[in-house]
Amino acid sequence: MTVLVWIAEGIWQAAVDAARAHAGTDEVVLLHVSDDDVPGVAHGAFAGLLGRGRRGRDPGRHIADLAATSGAELLAAAADRLDRPARLEQRHGRVEREVVAAAEGAALLVVARDGDPARLGPHSLRPHARFVVDHAPCPVLLVWPHDPPAVADIPPPPQHPPHEHPHHPPSDAPHHPPPEPRDDPSHRPPHGPPPHRRHGSLGDPPPHPPHA
Amino acid sequence: MPPAVAETVAVLALLGVLAFAVVRPRGWPEAVAAVPAAVLVVATGALPFARAADEVVRLAPVVAFLAAVLVLSQLCADEGLFEAAGGWLARADGPHRLLGLVFVVAAVTTAVLSLDATVVLLTPVVFATAGRLGVRARPHVYACTHLANSASLLLPVSNLTNLLAFAAAGVSFTRFAALMAAPWLVVVVAEYLVFRFFFAGDLTAAAAPRAQGSRPVPVFALVLLALTLAGFVVTSLFGIEPVWAAVAGAVVLAIRGLSRRHTTVRGLAGAMSPPFLVFVLALGVVVRAVVDNGLDTAVGHLVPAGSSLLALLVIAGVAAVLANLINNLPAVLVLLPLVAPAGAGAVLALLIGVNLGPNLTYVGSLATLLWRRVLHEHDRRVDLGEFTRLGLLTVPGTLVLAVLALWAGLHVIGGGA
Repeated sequence: MTVLVWIAEGIWQAAVDAARAHAGTDEVVLLHVSDDDVPGVAHGAFAGLLGRGRRGRDPGRHIADLAATSGAELLAAAADRLDRPARLEQRHGRVEREVVAAAEGAALLVVARDGDPARLGPHSLRPHARFVVDHAPCPVLLVWPHDPPAVADIPPPPQHPPHEHPHHPPSDAPHHPPPEPRDDPSHRPPHGPPPHRRHGSLGDPPPHPPHA
Repeated sequence: MPPAVAETVAVLALLGVLAFAVVRPRGWPEAVAAVPAAVLVVATGALPFARAADEVVRLAPVVAFLAAVLVLSQLCADEGLFEAAGGWLARADGPHRLLGLVFVVAAVTTAVLSLDATVVLLTPVVFATAGRLGVRARPHVYACTHLANSASLLLPVSNLTNLLAFAAAGVSFTRFAALMAAPWLVVVVAEYLVFRFFFAGDLTAAAAPRAQGSRPVPVFALVLLALTLAGFVVTSLFGIEPVWAAVAGAVVLAIRGLSRRHTTVRGLAGAMSPPFLVFVLALGVVVRAVVDNGLDTAVGHLVPAGSSLLALLVIAGVAAVLANLINNLPAVLVLLPLVAPAGAGAVLALLIGVNLGPNLTYVGSLATLLWRRVLHEHDRRVDLGEFTRLGLLTVPGTLVLAVLALWAGLHVIGGGA
């Protein structure tokens, strides 16, 4: 079995340390994915320069080479820090999708949070890591890139429960009617029965008429 | 030849040139289609020979100016100017600071050495610097590509579109710069604020920077650039064409580069990119035929006369849309003869449109087609949506702000010679 470690700029140290602690005797694979968007944007800027068409000058090409070199250096640094034999893997493409694809068949995927380290909660994951956590085909070990926050740092729960909770007791209805199911006319059969409503029956009309 | 037939021939020739530029069969330069297209419009009588010759004579000094600027920026690269810029950028302690420095360097590089220098020579250096600092490269590379367009408002040398319009606007080099300084500054600051917001998630993590040696600063190249800029001001004070200042700067730096073997004659000829210069001349002839045979009367009424704020906004908007549809180079050639009679203010508003517009790439535009071809060649998949979202956030706002700044400048400085 293998433990896959996602090596990303700025946060890879924590992932390597976690792999060292948790990999046991499994084979460790260090993965770096370079984002196609970055050379792609440079390709686009050069393509916009109408008439200059000499491919040798295309900065996107230059950047793709630099990205491969920089990724290799990052993997070498990660291998050094890991300090045990590891397989190095480099990919390019849509980062989040490449990571998920590479994790197929792995026993564990180690991911460092890639969001804003100053903000706990959802902002500690950017869309890339969010996608990987949501779609990984194996267990994920999600680590903080710095010391984990103390439990006392978690903000207190909100004082008033949110109004639009779908499971309000009916007694709440006169003051805080729960939301009607979305009454989208495009989803209504032209001559079918009226759409189902959560509240009321034929003899008990809802306190508020529907909007549509 | 009846005008309708002549116009059809000219439009087909232009579409052929643009289609060739999109497909680029066998990687041939765009001039391979543009020159036969120019010959076609003259041979069929769609454009009288004398008019074609006029156009070539009118564009020749512009093309020479362009060649001098292209050579100058390549020589600066050979002297190590961009590595030195990378060394300066690498002093940044964190992604926010780096973004600020990238904005300064990219805005100045674009203004002084043209957008080509920023795209081709600066962008890879910025990418490498971000890698050295252990920060995500995406915002900084995006900044280079955006500023290559939007920071090219300041000087006539900043963009080929500016050189073309400068010849038609009838303003001096210094007045051009004075009128465009406020729009340039406003646009760069507005882009910076949008970038800080748009890339907030990418501007967080930073690793310890890797060790690096400092780069020697190419003092000679920097002093020569400063002298060349001073030369632009001095020549325009004495009524001399500023192209001579650019040529003088390029010649001095070329002699030094060749004698020190930093550069080669072959390298300089390549930097001048003769096929590109020929392409500009041929495209000018083809577009002249399109404009003369009826586009001027057909579209002329869409372009408002005068330089009221509303007229300037409409001109900039039309120019931005056309720059997306057919690329900014043909767009400026098409609109220039229609807008030039309305005066310098209208011409500068046109430049704001064609220079800012390309950042608003959307599916179906020529730029997107060109982009897709290049991506396909390199087997890369890119999310064009992100680029478009960033364009929608920056282009309309900066367009309006820049026109407002121009309008204010016209009232304070005046649009005369």
